Amino acid sequence: MPRRDDIKSVLVIGSGPIVIGQACEFDYSGTQACRVLRAEGIRVILVNSNPATIMTDPDFADATYIEPITPQVIEAIIAKERPDAILPTLGGQTALNAAMSLHELGILDKYNVELIGAKVSAIKAGEDRQSFKQLVLDAGADVAKSYIAHTMDEVLEGAAKLGYPVVVRPSFTMGGLGSGFAYDEKDLRRIAGAGLQASPTTEVLLEESIMGWKEYELELMRDTADNTVVVCSIENVDPVGVHTGDSITVAPALTLTDREFQHMRDISIDIIRAVGVDTGGCNIQFAVEPNTGRIIVIEMNPRVSRSSALASKATGFPIAKIAAKLALGYRLDEIPNDITKVTPASFEPALDYVVVKVPRFAFEKFPAADATLTTTMKSVGEAMAIGRNYAQALQKALRSLERRGSSFHWGEQKKSKIELIELSSFPTDGRIVTVQQALRLGATAEEIFQATKIDPWFIDQIVLINEIAEEIHASADLNEEIMLYAKSFGFSDAQIAEIRGVSEFEVRTTRYAQNVRPVYKTVDTCAGEFPALTPYHYSTYEQETEVRASGADKVVILGSGPNRIGQGVEFDYSCVHASFALHDAGFETIMINCNPETVSTDYDTSDRLYFEPLTLEDVLEVIHAESASGTLVGVVVQLGGQTALGLAQGLAAHGIPILGTTPDAIDLAEERGAFSRILDEAGLISPANGTATSLEEAKAIADRIGFPVLVRPSFVLGGRGMEIVYDQISLEGYFERIADQAIVGPKHPLLVDRFLDDAIEIDIDALYDGERLYVGGVMEHIEEAGIHSGDSSCTLPPITLSNTQINRVRQATEKIAKGIGVKGLINVQFALAHDVLYVLEANPRASRTVPFVSKALGITLAKAAALVMVGWSIDDLVAKGHLPATDGTHIPESSAISVKEAVLPFKRFATKDGRFVDSLLGPEMRSTGEVMGIDVDFPTAFAKSQAAAGSALPKSGRIFISVADRDKHQVVLPVRRLFQLGYEILATTGTASILKRHGIPVRIVRKHSADDDAPAGPSIVELILNGEVDVVVNTPSGSSARKDGYEIRAATTAADAPIFTTIAQLSAAIGSFETVIAGDFKVRSLQEHAEDRRAALA
Amino acid sequence: MAIRSRTALLVLEDGKVFKGVPFGKVGSSLGEIVFATGMSGYQETLTDPSYAGQIVVQTAPHIGNTGMNDRDEESDKIWVSGYVVRDMSRIVSNFRSERTLEADLLRDEVVGISELDTRALTLHLREIGVMRAGIFSGIDAEQPVEELVSIVRSAAKMQGQSLSSVVSTREKYEVAHKGEYVGKVAILDLGIKRSTIENMVERGLDVEVYPAESTAEILLSSNPDAVFYSNGPGDPETATEQVKVLQEVLKKKIPFFGICFGNQLLGRALGFQTYKLAFGHRGINQPVLDRRTGRVEVTAHNHGFAVRVDGGEQVESPAGFGQVRVSHICLNDNVVEGLECLDIPAYSVQYHPEAAAGPHDANYLFDRLIEMIHANKAKKAD
Repeated sequence: MPRRDDIKSVLVIGSGPIVIGQACEFDYSGTQACRVLRAEGIRVILVNSNPATIMTDPDFADATYIEPITPQVIEAIIAKERPDAILPTLGGQTALNAAMSLHELGILDKYNVELIGAKVSAIKAGEDRQSFKQLVLDAGADVAKSYIAHTMDEVLEGAAKLGYPVVVRPSFTMGGLGSGFAYDEKDLRRIAGAGLQASPTTEVLLEESIMGWKEYELELMRDTADNTVVVCSIENVDPVGVHTGDSITVAPALTLTDREFQHMRDISIDIIRAVGVDTGGCNIQFAVEPNTGRIIVIEMNPRVSRSSALASKATGFPIAKIAAKLALGYRLDEIPNDITKVTPASFEPALDYVVVKVPRFAFEKFPAADATLTTTMKSVGEAMAIGRNYAQALQKALRSLERRGSSFHWGEQKKSKIELIELSSFPTDGRIVTVQQALRLGATAEEIFQATKIDPWFIDQIVLINEIAEEIHASADLNEEIMLYAKSFGFSDAQIAEIRGVSEFEVRTTRYAQNVRPVYKTVDTCAGEFPALTPYHYSTYEQETEVRASGADKVVILGSGPNRIGQGVEFDYSCVHASFALHDAGFETIMINCNPETVSTDYDTSDRLYFEPLTLEDVLEVIHAESASGTLVGVVVQLGGQTALGLAQGLAAHGIPILGTTPDAIDLAEERGAFSRILDEAGLISPANGTATSLEEAKAIADRIGFPVLVRPSFVLGGRGMEIVYDQISLEGYFERIADQAIVGPKHPLLVDRFLDDAIEIDIDALYDGERLYVGGVMEHIEEAGIHSGDSSCTLPPITLSNTQINRVRQATEKIAKGIGVKGLINVQFALAHDVLYVLEANPRASRTVPFVSKALGITLAKAAALVMVGWSIDDLVAKGHLPATDGTHIPESSAISVKEAVLPFKRFATKDGRFVDSLLGPEMRSTGEVMGIDVDFPTAFAKSQAAAGSALPKSGRIFISVADRDKHQVVLPVRRLFQLGYEILATTGTASILKRHGIPVRIVRKHSADDDAPAGPSIVELILNGEVDVVVNTPSGSSARKDGYEIRAATTAADAPIFTTIAQLSAAIGSFETVIAGDFKVRSLQEHAEDRRAALA
Repeated sequence: MAIRSRTALLVLEDGKVFKGVPFGKVGSSLGEIVFATGMSGYQETLTDPSYAGQIVVQTAPHIGNTGMNDRDEESDKIWVSGYVVRDMSRIVSNFRSERTLEADLLRDEVVGISELDTRALTLHLREIGVMRAGIFSGIDAEQPVEELVSIVRSAAKMQGQSLSSVVSTREKYEVAHKGEYVGKVAILDLGIKRSTIENMVERGLDVEVYPAESTAEILLSSNPDAVFYSNGPGDPETATEQVKVLQEVLKKKIPFFGICFGNQLLGRALGFQTYKLAFGHRGINQPVLDRRTGRVEVTAHNHGFAVRVDGGEQVESPAGFGQVRVSHICLNDNVVEGLECLDIPAYSVQYHPEAAAGPHDANYLFDRLIEMIHANKAKKAD
């Protein structure tokens, strides 16, 4: 059947903020969908609360709503836009759940709007575990023995039947949230208790343990004519027991015979048919018992998933794009294969390479968390690599992680073989390197198999890598044969250097002299059977390269690598924008990145895509290959975060032109002494400070400038290792904690700043072309200084700053930009204390807030920056309409207010004893994503941001208050207002007595069960866990209160209640409580806001 | 020792030479070089008699990981004349594995070469077309390259080669049906795969397998309910005797089903021509449209020749067998993938409904055989 002609407008639901288990792969899929729909002439309406996404660019939809993804808001959008259909299968579990709510609330029927991509019945059949299980059995396939429970009694009963260990999986949660292995009743009560809570249907599934089995995934697509294709098979190197998002995975599957693979394929097709997915994709997971081959179906997702994004990048088959077309009624054979253009999409990709994906974790941000990997996903990002064999792909993937120790190494190993084998029996971040070390020290493949259950084939590949390392070591000289061999198994120059005991530079020089250089092959979907028209390349060491000559002016854009806390989708947004702008300006754009979740690694984002690690070696090779033809204008390094920036000096040293701000200028901003001189010359001040390379030096500085001090290592992103230190003892403790991370040393000194209490923090994003400064936006943080800018909420325009103050910020930024020698973007952070403006730091690069500014004010900073880097002036950009004539310094009073709020992953991280980690905010960034609320005034915008972040303010209910002594005088006013608004106030004795004296009725609750000052009854922690508290206000002071409040905050995290840990946040939110009580949110698209702005400026 | 010397040579007819690591038998072997894109099922590929006389290049890089087992054999030996892979597995890891791939290659004296740029080789074959080639290892590889090229050029071309008698059974044999008895099928073995026989037997058919040179009289001696022509190697143009036999079968209106080579011979029997494709279809991911249902099936292919039917979807058989419909086409390149006679009970497909290796999407074609037998019996009973 060709395209349906009854669908004229479609509402696409996005996936909301980046959280663990739902990252920017849904921006990639949603962006593809929007592009497809618009190309089909359909009016696209989009709702997504995440401003950092490409899909929320006003260019990608006809009406873009950056609004909370809640049934009420979506209903308001439907009522206003009256779409013919809703496409909910490309926005992850968030969109699917939203669609189901709309169905259940009768909203779909009320407005006569159809779900396309997946029917309600299919979503239910795939997602409801009981019905899915039956359906699998009906299809003649097998499932793990299981038991459904809705109460703890049922849980215990089920476990008694199945025996321990038992797997617990809550229904309707994403990324395996709340699931885990229970080895005994104590584990079970904890995991299942949390699981029942996490499940919107209060349902958990208990299952027989299939731990240690081989794990596979198939990605399928099916159309209305029942044509089904298997796009990709993925094999998990880590066996069952580790969430697939946390596993090292490989495509295609490498340890199955055709008979086993086809059996799995048959089962998959039967399932997709039975579930009824008939206009889209799905993902099915399998476990295979290694000794008998018994196949069990684990689960299916009737939507585009994280794995389908990976499969798309791994095969060149754009699942989301095709899914959008299928949703419109096209059949697979009516859709052309983009890569070959001549063959249809109704085929199954054949790979002549191996793809390896490795997860990236952030446990260093949550030191209290248990780092053992389980069925709950904990990784924050991933890197993918392509090679012509597994060893090559694996080694490339591991070095793409950009972490010390993430690659195999052959240096000193202090642990014994036995210790290493023991260590590898627990799945953790970096287990594969532990395995390599154990094998290196003589562990046998069998010992490793017993400890890890990793398939012997994958273990042997590591044995092989160790053997090659041994030969590199033993060889009399680093001859061409050895070099080529090492390279074809993925060894980096740095690894060879380590093995040979020489410098990386020496290896590189030798290799260049031998002319051992990589060739670039093409991802073509068909193993060479048809010519590929899309230049999507990866490196390998073989005979022939497929890079086509071109006479164009080329610009290389370095992406930002795997997502991590502090460096996420925001940087990909900037890279993609630069690519679009430079392409439009006539350049040939060449993207290098290794993150499969991103839009930047979509094969049609840039003119050429190199899926390569972002190391100096790999980037130099791409540039070398591209330099064979055309003209290399330069490399863009200031948009890809610290990853790209960190390569600037190395590239410059090899004579590669860096576009925009020079590497030396970049260093000026990072190097404390030089930066101080710039500030001095500009007449600006920063908080008293010094730089230390040792504890003694740090102590001396602190004595001079006085506590509290803010300490932070230089050259890090996301506030890594950043803390506020209140006294000498804490300073010593800090040095102990960071000792083994090697982030402070003579080359990387520690910055020690006087910490400004009670200051307002201000962020500015601006563009400088060498002569003129163009302000993107000035943002005021809601939390006081001391909380990482990435974790704090902020407003644009500022809500308490005067025009005079904003002008001072602007002038200071201009002086700094000039002093550093910026050409492109600059982000400066200021603190305003007692009307004195302090410069906290300046970063001559794209910041995390660039996309937020672009969405809030319609100023496309990243695109403009890219053009400035290739020589355009700001005057040119304004003249040609790339930038509005009025910059973001002062916003018309009638403009909407945008609030950015951070989304934090505390719920993903439990301590060893099973409790959640502390949810306190601090100078080290820990949020994974952000949302934006936009409305006419601050209270409404803030309320929207809270709703979008998943902690909507309640219209009524109980609010618990417990604040530190220093906050007690400030808490009275906001709490009085809350009381007047009708909320019941709960407090512990100390806070209660203050409130009572101010005439606020308070119900006193016990802090903990042994609290004798309070009346008998449940403790506050129990109340919170029972869901009897709707909002928690808890501010910490000093280290003892931090410990005190910890249980309260952990309980709040578990109960998913809104929490305020600073008075500033609470005060800001008071108006929002009023707004929420006053009525439902109204919606307005970015396009309408842009109209308003134009009218206001005219 | 992980690093192995690249002492083997792959020499193409056009003079292109690839160096690699030898495996399997040391020595030399000649054949038509073709590439196969399946990512699984190397054992089925190696033991498929259709590959007789061919040097097979596997585009999937890792080969041998799951070893070899008796269950997955498509015949009782490896037929390829040479084997080209990117990375031979050092170990075997699969619960069903009984032997290593290398052991079987040595047993059947197959010369192999690995660790060469198989993608560059594949793209070359795609651009230029399949050609003759030789793999040389050991002392055979020490001759001058020009010498090796001339050896390759002296080998027989696939076009014009008759290989049916090489791969066919010497003696007639029978396999009994399973389950409920449906009927009896006489198979002309032109290189049949075990899975094809299994598919028939499982559907209640008694199977009689005859040598390729069997006459119509012999083939029909036991009064079968249907006749089947199998897949097999070689140029269909050389199979004049088998085509004549088939024409006799068709004249008698005995139900007929053919696969692959059998499809080409039905085409010729109906009076169409066959031709050699530039580089053929060899993979397990090929989209074929079944015109009867409008559905697309993902199928296993292994053919270097195809039937040429000009004049649209439905045409008159030039040999006088009535209307013929092109029932299946490959959506990648519109090559004829299936024929269906509308006036006599005969049909055939160019690809492999028995799969092995490959997806089972086209398995229904064996059900059509059963339906045809039932229909024919019913007609006779009338």
